[in-house]
Amino acid sequence: MSEAENPILTSSLLYLDGISVSFDGYKALRGLSLVLEPGEMRAIIGPNGAGKTTMMDVITGKTRPDEGDALFDGRYDLTKLDEAEIATLGIGRKFQKPTVFENHSVEDNLLLAAKAPRSVFAGLLGREDLKVRETIDRILVTTRLKEHRARLAGSLSHGQKQWLEIGMLLAQDPKLLLVDEPVAGMTDAETEATAELLRAIACDHSVVVVEHDMGFVRELGVKVTVMHEGAVLAEGALDQVSADPRVVEVYLGR
Amino acid sequence: MSVELDRIGLAFVAVLAAAALVVPGLALATRPESAFHIPPYLVQLLGKYLCYAILAVALDLVWGYCGILSLGHGAFFALGGYAMGMYLMRQIGARGVYANPILPDFMVFLNWKALPVAWWGFNWFPYAMLMVVLVPGLLALAFGWFAFRSRVTGVYLSIITQAMTFAFYKEFFRNDFGFGGNNGLTDFKDLVGFSLQSAATKAALFSASAIALILAYLAARAIVGSKYGKALMAVRDAESRMRFLGYRVENYKLFAFVVSAVLAGVAGALYVPQVGIINPSEFAPANSIEAAIWVAVGGRGTLVGAAIGAIAVNFAKTYFTGALPEYWLYGLGGLFVLVTLFLPKGLLGLALRERETKPVVDTPAIAIEEGADR
Repeated sequence: MSEAENPILTSSLLYLDGISVSFDGYKALRGLSLVLEPGEMRAIIGPNGAGKTTMMDVITGKTRPDEGDALFDGRYDLTKLDEAEIATLGIGRKFQKPTVFENHSVEDNLLLAAKAPRSVFAGLLGREDLKVRETIDRILVTTRLKEHRARLAGSLSHGQKQWLEIGMLLAQDPKLLLVDEPVAGMTDAETEATAELLRAIACDHSVVVVEHDMGFVRELGVKVTVMHEGAVLAEGALDQVSADPRVVEVYLGR
Repeated sequence: MSVELDRIGLAFVAVLAAAALVVPGLALATRPESAFHIPPYLVQLLGKYLCYAILAVALDLVWGYCGILSLGHGAFFALGGYAMGMYLMRQIGARGVYANPILPDFMVFLNWKALPVAWWGFNWFPYAMLMVVLVPGLLALAFGWFAFRSRVTGVYLSIITQAMTFAFYKEFFRNDFGFGGNNGLTDFKDLVGFSLQSAATKAALFSASAIALILAYLAARAIVGSKYGKALMAVRDAESRMRFLGYRVENYKLFAFVVSAVLAGVAGALYVPQVGIINPSEFAPANSIEAAIWVAVGGRGTLVGAAIGAIAVNFAKTYFTGALPEYWLYGLGGLFVLVTLFLPKGLLGLALRERETKPVVDTPAIAIEEGADR
C-alpha cells in the first residue's frame, strides 16, 4: 500500500480530477472532476448512461481509469489500490440492486460487515467481540430490523434489504459512503424513512448518494452534482441546478 | 437449518464411532459361519466407501460452502494415495520378484541403477505421512494461488481443475516419470509391520478410515461454523460484495482449497492399502466428476450429506456393476440429472425439508463473479 500513499496533497476527502474511462471505445467517463470535503453529503443526479455507476466503480477500485487522478483522504491514490484495500481505507459502497448475503441471517450480515480484522486467521480463531455486538444491536435499532435479526436476509422485503445494506455500511463504519439509488423500488413511506436514515448517517460520515428520484434528492437538501455523458454538467443547490437551461435540456430532451 | 444439521451431524459421528468398534469386532471375534460375521472382503469394501466419504466431505467444503466446483479433487486423492503407495513399495524390500532390497520391482525391470530422489525417505513412515498431506496441500496452494488471484471462477475454474487432473493422468502413465507407469504401484506386503493380508489389519484400516472421516467431518464443521466459515459462504453468494467490504477473497478461497486438498490426500492414503493398488486411472477426469456427483446426490453444503452421498452412490455402484454392468453409467448419469432437477439440496435436503418450514434460499451451484450492479 505504501507506493499508493503520498504526503497529504489536499484537504479534501475525495478528489477526482480529469478521470476518463472507456470500455471498448465507449467513453463512460470523460474528464470527470469532483471534490468532496470531509463530512459533506452530496447527491449526484444524471440521466441513464451519465457515468454515475462507473464513477463509483473507479472510486472503489473495481474499474481502473485510463487517465486522471483519484485521491482519498488527500494522500491515497485510489487508482493503484484494489477493492479490498480501498474498503479497508474507509470507503463503503451500497449497490443499486440490494446486495445482501441472502443465506445469512440479518445479524450475520452485519457481523460480516462490522469493522474487525478481515484475515482468514482472525476469522478462524477470533473470539466474539463485545464492541461489535453492541454496534450490531445499535444498528439493528437504527435500521428497524431488530425483530428480524435471526431471519435470513433473503426473506426480507425489498425495502428491508435496502436498509440492511445501509446498516452493513454503518457497521463497516467507513469515512466515505457511496450509496447507489437507495430508494429505487421503495414505497413513499419507505423513501421518506430512508432519507431520514441517510441524514442521520451524514451527521458523522461523508456520503455520496446517486439518485434518480428528484423528490428524494429535494428531501435530502444537500449540494447536487449533475452528471451528463461522463462529466460534470452543473453543481450547486437543487433549485439552482434545476433552473440551469443545460440541465433542463438534458433531462427533458431536446 | 443448522440446529437440525447439528443433530444429524451428532448422529453421524455416533454411527461412525460405533462402526469403528463394532465392524472389527464382528469381523474378528465371530466365526465365519456365524450370521453376524463380516468377511474381510466386505470390511475392505466398507473401508473403501469411507475413504470416498472423506473425499466427498473435502469436496463439499469447497463446493458447498465456497462455490468452487473442483473437478480435479481426484488428483489430490491420488497424490495422497501415491505417497502411501511409495511407502508400501519400499516396505516390500527384498521380498519382491527381483529381490532387490532398495529398488522396487518396476525399477529393476526398467534397468534403473539407483533410487530416484523423489523416492528418498519413503521407507520412513512419518516422512511418507508428511508427504501425504504436504504434496496435495502444496499443489493446491500453488494452483489456487494462481487461479484465485487471477479471479478465475465458475465453469472456467472447473475446467482448469479437470485439465490439472488430466495432466497428472498423462504424466503418471509414463514409465520414465518414475512412479510405475500404467501399472502403478501394487503387490504391497505390509504396513508398519502388519501384513495387509491379515483380517486384523483390514479391520484396523477400516477403523482408521472411520476415525479419519469423523475427524475430517469435525474439522470441516469447525471451519464452516466459525466466522471464517460465514465469510466463506458470503464469498460463495456475493463475491464482489465481500471485496467491497474489505475481505481478501482469494485468501479465503485458498485456505479452504488447501484444507480440502489435504483431506482428499489423507483419504487417498487410507484408500490405497485397502484396495491394494494405486495407478494412474485414479487421476482419470471421470473420477473427479463422480466425486462431485456423490456430493450433489447427498446434499451440497451439508458435509454429512456429502458423506452419505458418497457411501450411497458407491454402494449402488458395487451392486449394479455386479448385477447390470452395462447400465451403471446410464444410471449414474440419470441420477445426477434427477438430483439436479428435483433435489437441489440432495437426499439430506429431502429429509430436512420434511420438517422445515423456513424458506430455503437457493444457493448458486457454482459461484460466478457477479457483475455487482450492472
